[in-house]
Amino acid sequence: MDMKTTKKKLGLKEKYAHMTRGLGWETSYQPMDKVFPQATFEGIKIHDWDKWEDPFRLTMDAYWKYQAEKERKLYAVLDAFAQNNGHLGITDARYLNAVKLFLSGISPLEYVAHRGFAAAGRNFPGVGPRVACLMQSIDEVRHAQTQIHALSNYNKFYEGFHAGATHQIERVWYLSVPKSFFDDAFSAGPFEWMIAIGFSFEYVLTNLLFVPFMSGAAYNGDMATVTFGFSAQSDEARHMTLGLECIKFMLEQDPDNLPIVQKWIDKWAWRGVRVLTLVAMMMDYMLPKRVMSWKEAWEIYFEQNGGALFNDLAKYGIKVPECLTQCSIDKEHISHQAWCTFYQYAHASAFHTWLPNAEEMDWLSAKYPNTFDKYYRPRYEQWREMADKGERFYNNTLPMLCQVCQIPMVFTEPDDPTKICYRESEYQGEKYHTCSDGCQHIFDDEPEKYIQAWLPVHQIYQGNCFPEGTDPTAEGFDPMLKVLEWYHIQNGKDNLDYEGSGDQANFAAWRGMATQNT
Amino acid sequence: MAVKALSDYNFPAADTQDKFHGNQLLYVGWDDHLMFCAPFAYCLPPETKFSELVEKHLPHSYSRHPDWAQVDFSKAVWLKSGQPFQPDMNKTLAEQGLRHKDALRLQTPGLNGNGTYF
Repeated sequence: MDMKTTKKKLGLKEKYAHMTRGLGWETSYQPMDKVFPQATFEGIKIHDWDKWEDPFRLTMDAYWKYQAEKERKLYAVLDAFAQNNGHLGITDARYLNAVKLFLSGISPLEYVAHRGFAAAGRNFPGVGPRVACLMQSIDEVRHAQTQIHALSNYNKFYEGFHAGATHQIERVWYLSVPKSFFDDAFSAGPFEWMIAIGFSFEYVLTNLLFVPFMSGAAYNGDMATVTFGFSAQSDEARHMTLGLECIKFMLEQDPDNLPIVQKWIDKWAWRGVRVLTLVAMMMDYMLPKRVMSWKEAWEIYFEQNGGALFNDLAKYGIKVPECLTQCSIDKEHISHQAWCTFYQYAHASAFHTWLPNAEEMDWLSAKYPNTFDKYYRPRYEQWREMADKGERFYNNTLPMLCQVCQIPMVFTEPDDPTKICYRESEYQGEKYHTCSDGCQHIFDDEPEKYIQAWLPVHQIYQGNCFPEGTDPTAEGFDPMLKVLEWYHIQNGKDNLDYEGSGDQANFAAWRGMATQNT
Repeated sequence: MAVKALSDYNFPAADTQDKFHGNQLLYVGWDDHLMFCAPFAYCLPPETKFSELVEKHLPHSYSRHPDWAQVDFSKAVWLKSGQPFQPDMNKTLAEQGLRHKDALRLQTPGLNGNGTYF
């Protein structure tokens, strides 16, 4: 006789409860605090993990279904893009240097985010955040993979795509900036990780990262990247919600959490802003067809949207990050300062740089009426003069770096854009230099952490950045060439000015073949 | 404030002088000349004379600037950690108390890329 089941299927609500909250248990062989040692040492007090409101009601089976669907569409578009020589539809091969920067500077971060959220999921005792972190962890590894797949098509045709996402992130001087940012977060406890990445990066700053890159791709005909952006968009919305839920949960659980959370917001807002210097430069200089200026993006996505967010958090006692005043000054400068840096160190970079042309400089003048003509145009004009004489300027000496953000010390004093900003601290008899009050403050708060920084310039001088077996005493030893070899940067191909590059010549030739008979 | 950690948090500094094969780091920036985006990091033996820094190493880095030829070192102003510093050209870095990772700023009044800070 058949047994009658009362219900064929679980209702959504029941299924959700079983598939999320129902997966947790109290340990019995070991006490909970020994199983979850990371949950308490940072000083955050949680009294009731069940108060965690799931920001999105998603179970694992539904997750697989949605993501599989999205990825089928993504890969169909990627195939079509590749088969139809989509790379010839971009505005100009200069654009690809923004893509190289994304692949080498951002995609590896997705992978570290995957690991970091997996660890946070493991280390939180509450089931709600554990499930949410698990899904975000899987999102992040998918993003790393789909980005690499989407961009791999360009590797068949252009220089500088071959080692960005894997090898170079561990070695190249400017990639130590995003890498050390994530290392800093990952080596903190799970709550700080959630504020650093879940809140500051994914909520406060993510629009400044993704919107410029994805709109930049759309404006410049890069359908592969656009499609990836659409595919990731619904995940990003979920990540933002998780970051916000997490901060609210911490603040609602215990009033003692407020000063700790505020300190992390201040720290990670500044750390994030420094990393975004690379995005600022990309927006203002690397897109042949520009979306908006960095300053405009900052005003919309940080000052307006972020302002609304902090108004919302004010009821918990949270204040806007203390770096805001400095940021309002910096928004008129950092993209130019960064491009000037990459222009002169183009021989050591895995992408090309170039001087903005007359029309582009006029655009910059219009977007930056207070600063561009006064401080930056004269630099480009003098470099142009040198380049026209066949003496394109490459800086031949390694720069001093900031101990915290690891960016060369290119930033200027808040009250004087003509003076480099020097800040100095001493710890255990050793000097440490930082680029700003923000970075100095972070250093002074946890010097034990930042004295361990792997600063590329110092590592080169210590002899740690040459291929194995290199003999620095051998005749004709060229340290610069050996460092490039160790970076897997092909000298004369991946680096130097865009003018005269293989990318420039090939794109012109192939596009010519695609549009005319001769 | 100390790092909060699960156990003792005590790790060696990555850039102590003993790791530079007998050399020390010295940072030098030339104020008002932003053609060079950041101050430079030099890795030099402590026995390097200041005159060698000025006559050999700095020109290697800076000589492509049109102002460089006009620098008069008898009138140059130096800062160390933001404070006035009077270098002795004939003494070595060590002899005049320049320590590992000291930062010097070279100021050349009247020279600023013709007012553009280039």
